[in-house]
Amino acid sequence: MKTKNRDQSLSDSRELDGSYDQLTDSIEDDFELSTVCHRPESMDKLQDQTKFTKKELQVLYRGFKNECPSGVVNEENFKTIYSQFFPQGDSSMYAHFLFEAFDTDKNGSVSFEDFVFGLSIILRGTINDRLNWAFNLYDLNKDGCITKEEMLDIMKSIYDMMGKCTYPNMQDEAPREHVENFFQKMDRNKDGVVTIEEFIESCQKDENIMQSMQLFDNVI
Amino acid sequence: MAGVSAWLPFARAAAIGWMPVANGPMPVAPRDHSKRKDELIVLNVSGRRFQTWRTTLDRYPDSLLGSSEKEFFFNEETKEYFFDRDPDSFRSILNFYRTGKLHYPRYECISAYDEELAFFGIIPEIIGDCCYEEYKDRKRENAERLQDDQEENKDLKLPNMTARETMWRAFENPHTSTMALVFYYVTGFFIAISVLTNVVETVPCGTSTHQKEVPCGERFTVAFFCMDTACVMIFTVEYLMRLFAAPSRYHFMRSVMSIIDVVAILPYYIGLVMTDNEDVSGAFVTLRVFRVFRIFKFSRHSQGLRILGYTLKSCASELGFLLFSLTMAIIIFATVMFYAEKGSSSTKFTSIPASFWYTIVTMTTLGYGDMVPKTIAGKIFGSICSLSGVLVIALPVPVIVSNFSRIYHQNQRADKRRAQKVQKARLARIRIAKTGSTNAFLQSKRSGLLDELLELTGTEADEQKLSKSVSLLESQHYHLLYCLEKTTAHEFVDEQAFEQNNLETALQSYTSPSPSPSSSHGESTSTCCGCRARRKNTALPEPEPGPSPGSQSPFRPHHPQRGPLQELSAIHIQCVDPASHKTSRSSLNQKAEDGGRVNCRRGQVTTAIISLQAPPALTPEGDGLHGAPHQRRPPPPPIPPQAPPSIQTMSSSHIVKVSAL
Repeated sequence: MKTKNRDQSLSDSRELDGSYDQLTDSIEDDFELSTVCHRPESMDKLQDQTKFTKKELQVLYRGFKNECPSGVVNEENFKTIYSQFFPQGDSSMYAHFLFEAFDTDKNGSVSFEDFVFGLSIILRGTINDRLNWAFNLYDLNKDGCITKEEMLDIMKSIYDMMGKCTYPNMQDEAPREHVENFFQKMDRNKDGVVTIEEFIESCQKDENIMQSMQLFDNVI
Repeated sequence: MAGVSAWLPFARAAAIGWMPVANGPMPVAPRDHSKRKDELIVLNVSGRRFQTWRTTLDRYPDSLLGSSEKEFFFNEETKEYFFDRDPDSFRSILNFYRTGKLHYPRYECISAYDEELAFFGIIPEIIGDCCYEEYKDRKRENAERLQDDQEENKDLKLPNMTARETMWRAFENPHTSTMALVFYYVTGFFIAISVLTNVVETVPCGTSTHQKEVPCGERFTVAFFCMDTACVMIFTVEYLMRLFAAPSRYHFMRSVMSIIDVVAILPYYIGLVMTDNEDVSGAFVTLRVFRVFRIFKFSRHSQGLRILGYTLKSCASELGFLLFSLTMAIIIFATVMFYAEKGSSSTKFTSIPASFWYTIVTMTTLGYGDMVPKTIAGKIFGSICSLSGVLVIALPVPVIVSNFSRIYHQNQRADKRRAQKVQKARLARIRIAKTGSTNAFLQSKRSGLLDELLELTGTEADEQKLSKSVSLLESQHYHLLYCLEKTTAHEFVDEQAFEQNNLETALQSYTSPSPSPSSSHGESTSTCCGCRARRKNTALPEPEPGPSPGSQSPFRPHHPQRGPLQELSAIHIQCVDPASHKTSRSSLNQKAEDGGRVNCRRGQVTTAIISLQAPPALTPEGDGLHGAPHQRRPPPPPIPPQAPPSIQTMSSSHIVKVSAL
């Protein structure tokens, strides 16, 4: 009840603010951006739109807001945060791809809603949803199919995260070989691209992938 | 892993991108055994209550509040954690957990603050940049003050010092004994006498028979010569004694003071050696000039003189700038004056170098008047020259002066040199904390294997122990890194192992070392007498290398595949013959380094399994931290110490080097 009142007043104040255009604000220089605050939708709305419970949303928001007091993450921040989990390698490319995948409205920053929608699909969605999301991540130009170049970029970014000191030594052709492997497995009609149907079909046939998709059930 | 632990679920979710491309199955995720909801905990610090979420504190599991160490302070009756510390300092510490940045409050005493940090297990190196300068300055001031106090009390005579050491101490600190004091004053006296004789030698005293003024030196040749000889003998004796007493002769001979000593006495000897040759008498006269350098010997007697010398050295850049700008100005004005005065007759400005003299005299506002411009243009430019001279000289001088005053007041030592060391040390420590996390992962990976094993065969108690020792957050993080390894079919190793792997593959192609079948295999049975002991302790079944069918490596963790006899022989040879490429490692073996020293909890880490029981000592850091392995478990009893190696596990899970201390 208390939270409901707070949410109510939040949405009221947002209406009072008038047309709060986050886009124009983000174009201002950096000082402006840091004082501008983006408030997310009310918790009820988020609860309806995602599959998280209130408590989970609370925990997520606290963590989110702590790291980004202004309420949005820009790509630099995003990369910094992600790189803290991979001290040995260079995770900036993969973080860039992730950022593109999370930033669904393509406005250059990830707000809490984007964040939570993405997480909801990955952590609470069906296996098909998750595969769709992964496909979306790989498809860099969002044209509905994954080419070898796109896959190579993704693969390189993953391998970059390992860094230099690995066992066995990291060869330069490792990503390329891996991509060949992948295409052999996924590309049914051997036309050089992997469409969404081929992708989902092949993944569903693969035991390992199905099993690993289940990992995400218990993340939160 | 810093304050972004709240984003760990996100990072784990982002791993969805790896799943479809991975070729093998992913490892099992750690289960959250304690479905503990996020709760508020109360920290009572000397009566002031602070409240925060449990997960906030869990962000830094290697500090007191983030680890299970805080359970020691849990008060059952009031259900809160009570700390008997200063609540004001605690504020900044708690803010560190909340914001991830540690700030140093200015009103706080530096040593009190340090103590608080040490108590709560936080390293000062992570103080944010906003406060770090201040912190370091205060700390250095404090250290200098303490050191000053200490130096005054330093002159206690140690019971057993050799004659040589006593002499050296006597030379360095004249206050230590009366003999030293006497020596000090005697040398000072003779320096003064020597300088005085040099000066008086040239004073004209009385007339000789030729009605000509002669300097005293020529009148009383013998007397002056005897004086000179006496002084030089004293100086020589002093120099030789110092040379004898110096702890490091080479170092002493290179020091400035000893060079001055040598320069002071050399002219005399050269003069003795040289004959009364006409050709070299000119050079001989020049040599006598060097006798004036004896006056610099006074700097041993005067601290202020030394400081002055040091200041000049440290202001070298300002002095250089002064010189440079003066030179530029001199050249410009000399040229101008020369061409301006070219026209006038019988001018003294015969060439540009001749005009240099005029320019210098004018710019420094000396104005001797031996050269004056006569033309109007010359006079105009001359006045401009003198005005600009004032400016050019006035500019760098205050800088030098302030430098001197600062240095003098601080009674400085080699400040810059120390700053560099500190900076290096700071960076090293931060790097260690960072690699500590990697090493933690690598080690935990091995214990992760054991974890799975235990779930199959182990007892309940063991499993409890294992699962408690690594926090949920950490296990989830490690699982994430593990998944990445599986996806790319490569493994994380630390720099050490990486270098050595490279070294081995290089060496393998060149040599075929007989002791070990293959050097990597050899490693797993390396220098160890400890191996024998290790075998004794495997009461448990030899840990199978966890269920990882997808694992591509041919080696099994700590699994000597060979029979004991072969291993023993391998050990034997290893012990006796430290192969060349092993020497680097054997020296490293000496330092069973706790790479994650900052992580105090390493002490209780994982692997109750004895066979692996390498002490939490992780691989030694490349930057050579020294320290006794103080967190080692006692080595298993019967270890005949041959070479003194130490128990230690390499980070690569498949290459276990075990050596016994």
